[in-house]
Amino acid sequence: MNTKTKTPSKLEKILAAGHLAVTSECGPPRGSDPEAITKKAEMIKDYVDAINITDNQTSVTRLCSLASCIHLKLMGIEPTLQMVVRDRNRIALQSDILGAASFDIFNILCLSGDHQQFGDCPNGQNVFDIDSMQLIQTLRYMRDEGKFLGGDDIGRPPQMFVGAAANPFADPFEIRVPRLAKKVAAGVEFIQTQCIYNLDKFELWMKQARDQGLHEKVYILAGVTPFKSAGMAKYMKNRVPGMDVPDEVVKRMSDVPKEKQPEEGINICVESIQRLKEIEGIKGFHVMAIEWEEKVPEIVERAGLYPRPKDL
Amino acid sequence: MIIAERKPMDEIIGFIKNYKKILLVGCNECVTVCYAGGKKEVGILASALKMAFKKEGKELEVEEVTLERQCDHEYLEEIRNIIDQYEAVVSLACGVGVQFMAEKYLSTPIFPGVNTCFLGVTEESGVWTERCQACGQCILGQTAGICPISRCAKRLFNGPCGGSTNGKCEISKDLDCAWQLIIDRLKELDRLDDYEEIMPIKDWSTERAGGPRKVVREDLKS
Amino acid sequence: MRLTYPDSIRIIRLPCTGKVDVIHMMEAFQKGADGLYVAGCLEGECHYLTGNLKAKKKVEYTKKLLDEIGIGGERLEMYNIAASDGPRFAEVAREMHEKIKALGPNPIKSATSNKEAA
Repeated sequence: MNTKTKTPSKLEKILAAGHLAVTSECGPPRGSDPEAITKKAEMIKDYVDAINITDNQTSVTRLCSLASCIHLKLMGIEPTLQMVVRDRNRIALQSDILGAASFDIFNILCLSGDHQQFGDCPNGQNVFDIDSMQLIQTLRYMRDEGKFLGGDDIGRPPQMFVGAAANPFADPFEIRVPRLAKKVAAGVEFIQTQCIYNLDKFELWMKQARDQGLHEKVYILAGVTPFKSAGMAKYMKNRVPGMDVPDEVVKRMSDVPKEKQPEEGINICVESIQRLKEIEGIKGFHVMAIEWEEKVPEIVERAGLYPRPKDL
Repeated sequence: MIIAERKPMDEIIGFIKNYKKILLVGCNECVTVCYAGGKKEVGILASALKMAFKKEGKELEVEEVTLERQCDHEYLEEIRNIIDQYEAVVSLACGVGVQFMAEKYLSTPIFPGVNTCFLGVTEESGVWTERCQACGQCILGQTAGICPISRCAKRLFNGPCGGSTNGKCEISKDLDCAWQLIIDRLKELDRLDDYEEIMPIKDWSTERAGGPRKVVREDLKS
Repeated sequence: MRLTYPDSIRIIRLPCTGKVDVIHMMEAFQKGADGLYVAGCLEGECHYLTGNLKAKKKVEYTKKLLDEIGIGGERLEMYNIAASDGPRFAEVAREMHEKIKALGPNPIKSATSNKEAA
């Protein structure tokens, strides 16, 4: 594993030093009050290495990821800019990358983005000028060649640690590892997976990834999300595309009385992390506690991942 | 072919409500095949409009004509001698034909009777689906004959996205995931290795983004 | 059978209801018919196999069109009656007669006569 880092990213440094990294995410508000972000970030900042800010998640218009990341940066917290290709053409994408770089934001996650049909502007246009794979290539090009897509030189090229998402549970399963391999070939440096409940299937996906040597070419961070209730488990099982929630997990949540369900959800999450730690190739965890950010410290502590490495 | 659908009746009536004598012009090509604007549909629409007017105590005179095409000068010329007799024209041709007619007959209001929907195929009787976005740089050779630009809701070049479920697109259970189709076809052709190649960034300048397009064949110009 | 049915019904004979087209139904109303029904063989017994099924779909389409222009799709119906079923034929005739009577005359007629009266 390369212990030298290519960027000043704190996340990259932690991973390169061989530690298990911990990241989390915050959703920006549907308004212009930055406190909604800064308060959440303040709550979890000592328990994670970097915080993702989602980008108009589910196509619902929110405070943009870039501005939110800048707020975090000004607080001294390491942000990860999430960038979907649904809403911006290649000019705007490169421009926003420079905007982030101008504030020394060093982590970026390249995503397709949910279709706008799911959000608050279903009648809007979408862009998809380039896809997420091509965005990864673009970032590496801007960083390593120091050039715009058009070929001109960039003044002070962005130094971005390039990430992408992977969903081992979407269809077709047989193509999920080849898709990961493609992203690696495109230049991705870290991966955050969709939240994992089906550990058997995930272990199978990891095995296939290892067979292709991908675990040594990219840092894979396993995604986890605690269930707040049995209702949430059922919703995610049945209504969220690309999500795999086994019946046993739903049953475990339903078998417990309502007031005990949040606690059980956290238990399942912590146990998953413990099991995931044992899988070769897992380099960290991406804890997504949607609208439940206050539980992140407990999860990180109980999973034995606290305190976070400092002074790298 | 071009797939179109008749506009709602109240919209068409709205266009012509102040007229008494109109020309209804159909087209013998695409809109005939998709039952939107051929001779039969012209007849049905004429009857419907007359009844709608009569119901309000008004008379509407409708002349019915169906041209071979409305995207070629020679066929549009066929109505030159009669068009001035009418206050307005409702054309059931696709948007192309409506515009070409409007360019030719400047002093007659021309209204569209159909909504032009997409370039597509007749999958089965009564069902038409989109196949082509006319991007100007066909990539079907690389994608096993399935177009991700017109059939993937996100026009991904390196799909599928994480929303593909059971071979269906995240936006609708009735929509096939284009990338699932491409992968299946590549497998049948024993070309699954092609999937590993990253498709490069698209040149959209030949698409709508580059502005209205034009094709010229010097050898065919008079 | 010498069963009676209302004399408001005009019968137009066809070899099969499959021959009915949307334009025929539209023109009937255009010419002032207050109501129209298409009587085909029982489903599964069409001599031409699917003629009555095609007719059913065209009737549905025309009903929607009649709604769109304000004539009223309820003035048009599809019925399936066995060729030998005289009683049912008479029953349907009475049913349609009562229904159309309740709906009143075809709106295009009343509008024209209102205009003439005014």
